[in-house]
Amino acid sequence: MGQRYAGIDIGSRTIELVVVDETDAIIESQERDTGFDPMAEAKGMIEKVSFDRIMATGYGRNLFEISFDAMTVTEIKAHARGARALFPDIQAIIDIGGQDSKAIALFDNGRVKKFEMNDRCAAGTGKFLEIMARTLGFSIEDFGPEALLAENSLNISSMCTVFAESEVTSLIAKGENRREIALGLHASVIRRAAGMINRVSTDGEIAFTGGVANNPCMATLLSEKLGRPIRVPEHPQRIGALGAALLAREAD
Amino acid sequence: MSEDYRSMWTDLGLDLVAHDALLSVLGQGYQDIYLSQKNRPEGMAYFDFVMSEVHGLRIKELLDEKAAGRKIVGSFCVFVPEELVLAANATLVGLCSGADFATEDVERLLPRNTCALIKSSFGFKLGKVCPYLESADMIVGENTCDGKKKAYESLGGLVNNLYVMDLPQVKSANGKALLKAEYQRFKAALEDLTGVAITKESLKDAIHTVNAKRAAIHRLSALRKADPAPISGLDALLANQVFFYDNPARFTESVNKICDELEKRIAAKQGVFPAKTPRILVSGCPQAVPNWKLPMIVEAAGAVIVGEESCVGERGTRHLTDASGETVEQMLDAIVDRHFQVDCAIFTPNPDRLEHIQQMVADYHADGVIHYGLQFCQPYLMESMPVEKALEDRQIPCLRIETDYSMEDVGQLKTRIEAFVEQLK
Repeated sequence: MGQRYAGIDIGSRTIELVVVDETDAIIESQERDTGFDPMAEAKGMIEKVSFDRIMATGYGRNLFEISFDAMTVTEIKAHARGARALFPDIQAIIDIGGQDSKAIALFDNGRVKKFEMNDRCAAGTGKFLEIMARTLGFSIEDFGPEALLAENSLNISSMCTVFAESEVTSLIAKGENRREIALGLHASVIRRAAGMINRVSTDGEIAFTGGVANNPCMATLLSEKLGRPIRVPEHPQRIGALGAALLAREAD
Repeated sequence: MSEDYRSMWTDLGLDLVAHDALLSVLGQGYQDIYLSQKNRPEGMAYFDFVMSEVHGLRIKELLDEKAAGRKIVGSFCVFVPEELVLAANATLVGLCSGADFATEDVERLLPRNTCALIKSSFGFKLGKVCPYLESADMIVGENTCDGKKKAYESLGGLVNNLYVMDLPQVKSANGKALLKAEYQRFKAALEDLTGVAITKESLKDAIHTVNAKRAAIHRLSALRKADPAPISGLDALLANQVFFYDNPARFTESVNKICDELEKRIAAKQGVFPAKTPRILVSGCPQAVPNWKLPMIVEAAGAVIVGEESCVGERGTRHLTDASGETVEQMLDAIVDRHFQVDCAIFTPNPDRLEHIQQMVADYHADGVIHYGLQFCQPYLMESMPVEKALEDRQIPCLRIETDYSMEDVGQLKTRIEAFVEQLK
């Protein structure tokens, strides 16, 4: 049997593991919640698969490096590598994860040209959408589809999770339609994401990665806002782990 | 501390409990960040000693100077000319502004959205933990950014010896005339403080002393052009920071000694990191002791810092003062000429800085630039955008960082800086 390469992305919300073979084909993938003991979860995941080399990414990468003697790479390079593997023509990537978001521009050869990341707070990330969905009484899965059913979008001006929650509460108290509030919340996150993308890259195809890309309303609004083709992978949350696995093979 | 300085600190009016806490954090930070580095030049032992005695022996020296009739002048800015201070038989020291302290008390006097450097200078006063400030016979404030100039209005209520120097904001003939008038006024104030008239002999001596200190730093900087880099960015920053505190002659001698050692290292192709390590120029706001956050992250991420385009760095030290003048008037003009070249972001427009950054990138063979901005520092944050654009137009990667002295964003910064280093590899 040929060599097998693993990539593990230890994010704030979930951990993903992808194993590829020497032809870059994905032969295994796993996902679970990060929980409160990410190293125990990561250990449980890698025990179930076999691989020759592993590369870690995500905010838990340094802890993993120490615990398991692995190579590490930043989420930025990992997402760039993973997204380019699936979509060879993309010029940029927007990755929105559990508690951060990044826009990455690529050179033609796939290397990172420039990137931007959100600062210290969770504004404009998966956590923001999760809290807003809960405030409006939607499940995370239904939040995007329900928002897409709205006929109008209500303007939400606060980007801060705490302020936006009070803004939403007061809209609910005014009797506003909750789908319209939901659409407004999605639009506010997209405004921020589009601003980030525009600062690093002005044209060409964009890959949308990270767990938030599973939300269909986000992809729709992003494409409307930017007027550029948006590619969403089948499992957008796995792109970081895929990129890390591919980089593990290339480091060999 | 090798000696018990507690009675000295008590006499200076320090809050011993708070001061102990500060020293313990500082000592631990120095241990973790500095002493854990590998392949350090042996000559850095001098700076380790200086840092271990920064609130001890150095303060005792200053108090001994005072007892012998010298005066101590404290400053927050490179526009305060050390030449005039020395010539008037006084010693210039930089005042503490590199760590958060007594933040709650500070925010009763300054808005929250004031930069960390200004808040820090107030924190050290309000927390009674800066022996330099308490030893000073005169504290010089200077009208640089809006934050500082308005803050001095409040600082004036906390100390009884604040002197405020006005500064130009445009590099015009009028601007230069203002700087000259202010340096003349400062000269008179110093002479009044010390009772010593500045003579052409004392001023010439002072110019030579300060030039020698700057020349030693120039020599150190030039050695950082080598690959592998013979000294870490952390250690070179420390030398630039101690520039503001130490006895000038001893500092010059110690830096030159390190340079002798670095020359041998370079000849033997020895470095603090391997050859081809990504090389980074840091440009932007000053990094005062003990603000080592950025170089700590950069060098842990597998890059080396090869230069600082900063007031604590080349912006502050790169020009020498012409020492050829024969009269006090001529030498004062030379001091004005020298300081008028400092390309601080309070000047508008400020094209020299943009040019200097690019020159430094070329001279130090930097692979990329990290623009270091303190949150709420309007002048440098504003300039960071044209700086980034000018560099990127020339295919020089640039990462803009905006941060403060807290540690809460270290994880985020690590990811961004590691990704930037990956970009340079």
